[in-house]
Amino acid sequence: MHPLARFLVRRVLLAVLMAWGITLVTFVLTNLVPGDPVAANLGQRAMSDPAIVSQWRAEHGLDRPLWQQYLLYLQGLVQGDLGMSQQSHRPVSQDLAEFVPATLELAGAAILVSLVLGVAFGVVAALRRDRLPDHALRVLSLIGISVPTFWLALVAFYVFFYRLQLTPGSGRVDVALGLAPPVTGLQTVDALLAGRWDIFASAAGHLVTPALVLALYTIGLLTRFTRSAVLEVLGQDYVRAARAKGLPGRTILFRYVLRSALVPIITVAGLAFGSLLSGTVLVEAIFAWPGIGQYAYKSATTLDLPAVMGVGLVVGVVYLVINLIVDVLYGVIDPRVRLQ
Amino acid sequence: MRRRDPLARKGLLRRLPEAWRQPLAVAGGVLAVAWIVIALAAPVLAPHDPLAQELPRLAPPGPGHWFGTDQLGRDILSRVMYGARVSIPLTLLLVAMSVLIGGLLGACAGYFGRWVDETIMRVADLVFAFPTVILAMVVAAALGASLTNAVLAVLVVAWPAYARVTRGLVLGVREREFVLSGRLLGFSVWRSLRVDVLPNVTGPVLVLATLDIGTALLLLSGLSFLGLGAKPPSPEWGAMVASGVEVFDSWWVATFPGLAILTVVLAFNFLGDTLRDALDPRTARAIKERAL
Repeated sequence: MHPLARFLVRRVLLAVLMAWGITLVTFVLTNLVPGDPVAANLGQRAMSDPAIVSQWRAEHGLDRPLWQQYLLYLQGLVQGDLGMSQQSHRPVSQDLAEFVPATLELAGAAILVSLVLGVAFGVVAALRRDRLPDHALRVLSLIGISVPTFWLALVAFYVFFYRLQLTPGSGRVDVALGLAPPVTGLQTVDALLAGRWDIFASAAGHLVTPALVLALYTIGLLTRFTRSAVLEVLGQDYVRAARAKGLPGRTILFRYVLRSALVPIITVAGLAFGSLLSGTVLVEAIFAWPGIGQYAYKSATTLDLPAVMGVGLVVGVVYLVINLIVDVLYGVIDPRVRLQ
Repeated sequence: MRRRDPLARKGLLRRLPEAWRQPLAVAGGVLAVAWIVIALAAPVLAPHDPLAQELPRLAPPGPGHWFGTDQLGRDILSRVMYGARVSIPLTLLLVAMSVLIGGLLGACAGYFGRWVDETIMRVADLVFAFPTVILAMVVAAALGASLTNAVLAVLVVAWPAYARVTRGLVLGVREREFVLSGRLLGFSVWRSLRVDVLPNVTGPVLVLATLDIGTALLLLSGLSFLGLGAKPPSPEWGAMVASGVEVFDSWWVATFPGLAILTVVLAFNFLGDTLRDALDPRTARAIKERAL
């Protein structure tokens, strides 16, 4: 087999194995721990009636042995059935289908912002090493990774919306405009597809503050990594040779330095996506962003087991797929990786 | 008999004093010491009882209550000060426990190899397959909302980073002559781990732990913010920010506890960053690659 094909097959198989592991973790975590879903869902009065309790348990398959519950769960998963949410009384898959696009739009915007700003800042810091811009960016990026996201979201909402009225308030678009006809579920893209510039402007406007708040941590992270990646490449012989040949600085930076520095940067960006998905749980509540983060929080506090498992599963799998893509990209860009 | 890897040691010690003279390290040190003093002396320093509901409600910052009061008429400055007694010791304990558990498991994985290694590292991989807050939230929610359970939840997501770093470092020294000679001299497994392996692992793990204090505090206060940690009367910073969401107009209710979290995290990140620079580049890279 071609080495690249073999590399791809191995990575995909590994990802499938991890996905199976994720189902195991979500299942075990929400079952073996002492929280009692019956108490959380039925309330005191119903709890005192053993008939209701046992009926409820039978209805949700809770009276069977654990391994049978897990097999039932897996069997359902294969058929796209994630169970019924005990709170919304709707299939979890339906809930998730509704909420996931909003979160992907938010996290996608945030990762784009982080990549652009983080890489730019990192390059500047590396090129001006040990001088003022480098020191300033070091402090700024450390502040970026130290700010509690949920607090920053609140402060940004208060200052820019409530006080200065610069940004639109909560939600994804102006209620008056209505939503664009759903195609991808991403408001900005749907609005463009429908040719509705007014909705696009509103959706983009609503996206700016939460995306920036969410991105601050990853901007800090990427600035640090880009700086050290670029510094490492700058010290290589071939960069020195290019400089000695008298190539213009821009050519050296983009063709020689950034190209090989991008490999580690992409890896970190894939991992940073995980912290973005995490951050949505803390940011979405403040901006009333109708995404998976808010759903996760609500279902976790009510011990809505199927919903919690669904969220954990989807977020875990999304994260896994992103990192699989990163790994594959890595292998395509850098031939040395495939041979390991 | 050589007990330690002399290169790693010399690199760390010789460069430390110079590194500590940097402005960042000084700022971090001052902030950290200030917060520890506040935590220790809160009963003396705080102008009011953090739980007493005796002041006018939602009074803006002013003389008598410099950070204002919350919706129950409690002094926010006093609550922020007492909050240091909740968050800082718990965070330090949390990181110490992650270091111990993760370090021990990682050392076993690296030292014994084979199925021990496989089992421990695959479990660690699974934890890494989840974004941290999501997993911590699921664990905390399943265990039930309390500060202890929030700490346990953060512990569940925090140990694998130490397991990875320690395993990598142990693998690096396991076959070295000074470890083998110790084993040949009849050292028991534990003595070999303690005397020959441990000193080579402590430096990088210490840096990781310092950097992790900030992350752990952010995670812990985040869980409390979501209502999965500290219970209401407790002056925990994350829970205080959450209570500020309800009284949006009164900006001071959420702002000051948030600033407290920010400054503590910043202090330890400044310190950790300096420590990392002080380490020799080889181990610094080992941390960078495995800790993310």
